[in-house]
Amino acid sequence: MNMIAFWTILVGILAGVSCSLVGCYLVLRKMSLLGDAISHAVLPGIALGFLLSGKISGPAIVMGAMVMGLLTAYLTQALSKAVKVPEDASLGVVFTTLFALGVVLISVKARNVDLDPGCVLYGLIEFTPFDTTSVFRWEIPQAALTLGATTLFVLVAIILCWKELKLASFDPELSTSLGYPASLLHYFLMALTAGVTVAAFEAVGSILVVAMLIVPAATAQLLTDRLRTMLLVASLLATASAILGYWGGERWNTSVAGMMAVSAGGLFFIALMLAPKYGLVAKLVKQLGLTFRILREDVLGTLYRNQERHGIGLSGADLLPGQLTMVRWMTLKSLVRRQLVNSDQGTVSLTKAGQDRALQLVRAHRLWETYLQQNVALPADHLHAPAEKMEHYVGPVLLDSIAEDLHQPAQDPHGREIPAQHSATNSGR
Amino acid sequence: MSDIFTYNTMLVLLGTSLLGAASGLIGSLAVLRRQSLAGDAFSHAALPGLCLAFMVVGERNLAALLLGAFISGILGLVVVSLLRRYTRIKQDAALGIVLSTFFGMGVVLSRIIQNQTIKGSKAGLDSYILGKTAGIIASDVYLIGSAALLCLIVIVFLFKELELLTFDADFARSQGWPVARLDLILIILLGLVVVIGLPAVGVVMMAALLILPGVTARFWTDRLAAMLPVSVGFGVITGAVGTWLSAEYANLPAGPIIVLIGAGLFLFSSVFAPRRGLIARWRRANIIDTSLLDLDTPVFEA
Repeated sequence: MNMIAFWTILVGILAGVSCSLVGCYLVLRKMSLLGDAISHAVLPGIALGFLLSGKISGPAIVMGAMVMGLLTAYLTQALSKAVKVPEDASLGVVFTTLFALGVVLISVKARNVDLDPGCVLYGLIEFTPFDTTSVFRWEIPQAALTLGATTLFVLVAIILCWKELKLASFDPELSTSLGYPASLLHYFLMALTAGVTVAAFEAVGSILVVAMLIVPAATAQLLTDRLRTMLLVASLLATASAILGYWGGERWNTSVAGMMAVSAGGLFFIALMLAPKYGLVAKLVKQLGLTFRILREDVLGTLYRNQERHGIGLSGADLLPGQLTMVRWMTLKSLVRRQLVNSDQGTVSLTKAGQDRALQLVRAHRLWETYLQQNVALPADHLHAPAEKMEHYVGPVLLDSIAEDLHQPAQDPHGREIPAQHSATNSGR
Repeated sequence: MSDIFTYNTMLVLLGTSLLGAASGLIGSLAVLRRQSLAGDAFSHAALPGLCLAFMVVGERNLAALLLGAFISGILGLVVVSLLRRYTRIKQDAALGIVLSTFFGMGVVLSRIIQNQTIKGSKAGLDSYILGKTAGIIASDVYLIGSAALLCLIVIVFLFKELELLTFDADFARSQGWPVARLDLILIILLGLVVVIGLPAVGVVMMAALLILPGVTARFWTDRLAAMLPVSVGFGVITGAVGTWLSAEYANLPAGPIIVLIGAGLFLFSSVFAPRRGLIARWRRANIIDTSLLDLDTPVFEA
């Protein structure tokens, strides 16, 4: 790997890590769009800083950007408080107006400078390795130095204010009542956002800043529930996006910053699908699991009732009417595997274990019907449907207390026997 | 001053005024529906579709470009609403994710196009990001005009439904109105205006143009039937005055100036509007305060 690639990736990583660390707090506080807004709104600050100092980087630019960032946060809140503009609208008004102001300032006063809005949007990460400063004997790119310092500063700030930031992110009211004013921490966070934005923005442009502020943090939120882990995961994701982005940008000879944003989006998509707890696949599997459990239990209930009435097993084709053959086949297969039913030449009957399980279900069903009839006064023909649903959810403890409440009834409202707790006494039928 | 108003300037003026009218109309509904930032997300998300269309049709075929932009913008907003509904991602983060990822993809594609084609033809794409108001030609004016007209017809036709939707969506839903479908119609109209406005004013300025006239109009009235024409009026003034100023002073870019004019109107209204303005609120607050302090006068008449 050559030095240019190394420095470009490093600048990308540092920009990504510093932004995504701050971004975690923004995402948690549901303020991610404030990050978007600030990254646009720092433009007039940068322009003013340039007009005052005559240089396109340095403390004047940083100061200007910080002031504009804080102003954005303040104005957005002030507008929605003082004149009741909806919060999203006031955000939109403030940042677009400041951005427009910045573009006007630049095109009127700084036409010939390398500060055109295009560069602001996409950044010039490909060129950062060539703008170097010598530190001791090494030639180090200016952007790497700035972003390294920024990342370090953000890390120190987060470690020092760990407890306070955490509290203010999860429970601002409690934080204020404990003497850590949430509004103060809010502006501290906004200042951090403006700081990382302006540091990252010269190198990677506002698109990548917004992507790095929001996307890795949101991805991390899908993967963990702990703040510490979230910060770590977000930083790793930002690093991975920077590397992938550089690779993709070189591979297809295109914008590295854009490719980094796309990589972050791609990683988000993967997490969205595959995250163990909040991923869509996990959710689907969980939902399918529930669906099949209910189907299995319906089969057990049907077999029990049939045996109760006619004393024989049922043909597999008569079970689960209205379901696809495939679904019926899978349900029976899984019942057989669990040794709850025997399937013998198309005739399905309950095993001993299946009998036990079915008994619990029928007991739940009939107890619930009795309970509904006595306490809700539903007519007899309206009892079955709700009980059919509830039988899958009522646990043994609740069931016992219902039975207790109803003085251990022997029959349900339709005159059928409510089976007792244990099947040992009741296996003959 | 007369030499300023050449045929071209008149076209640009007409174009931006009509665009202001259309975005004032649809934007005020979006603001009331708490969808102010949908325009922002849409205009960012439209870019990759625009580039893909460019790659497929090869040359600057306006209809294909606009269709591509429209489809990817709609796709972006669909992703936002799916994320919000089916995952733990909140609305704000969903908007941010879609906005930045789609736009990043657009930048990637546009750079690829730039490498493939001869220099110069890429200027067409760049103007969609930053806007090129002076480039409005007669056919653009017809296009913007028809979009504005279409919005007007749909809104007049669905006025009763939209009125209920914007002020009490829950009630509308409980009454069995197709809220989701109405929202979709709104988004489609919004996308239409964004896509048509993008080449004229660019991504960020388009978002501004959709929000500003609507929130400004909201200061002056509580009735939708009054708010829509007021918002259209503000949109027209914003577009026309902004264009005129930038034509008068050569180095002022039109898009940002239009936004600043809109922001000026907003600021004026937020301070001076009758009941909802800052001064009115401040006076109302003071009246209550003094009467409460004066213990001899009853606050409420018997």
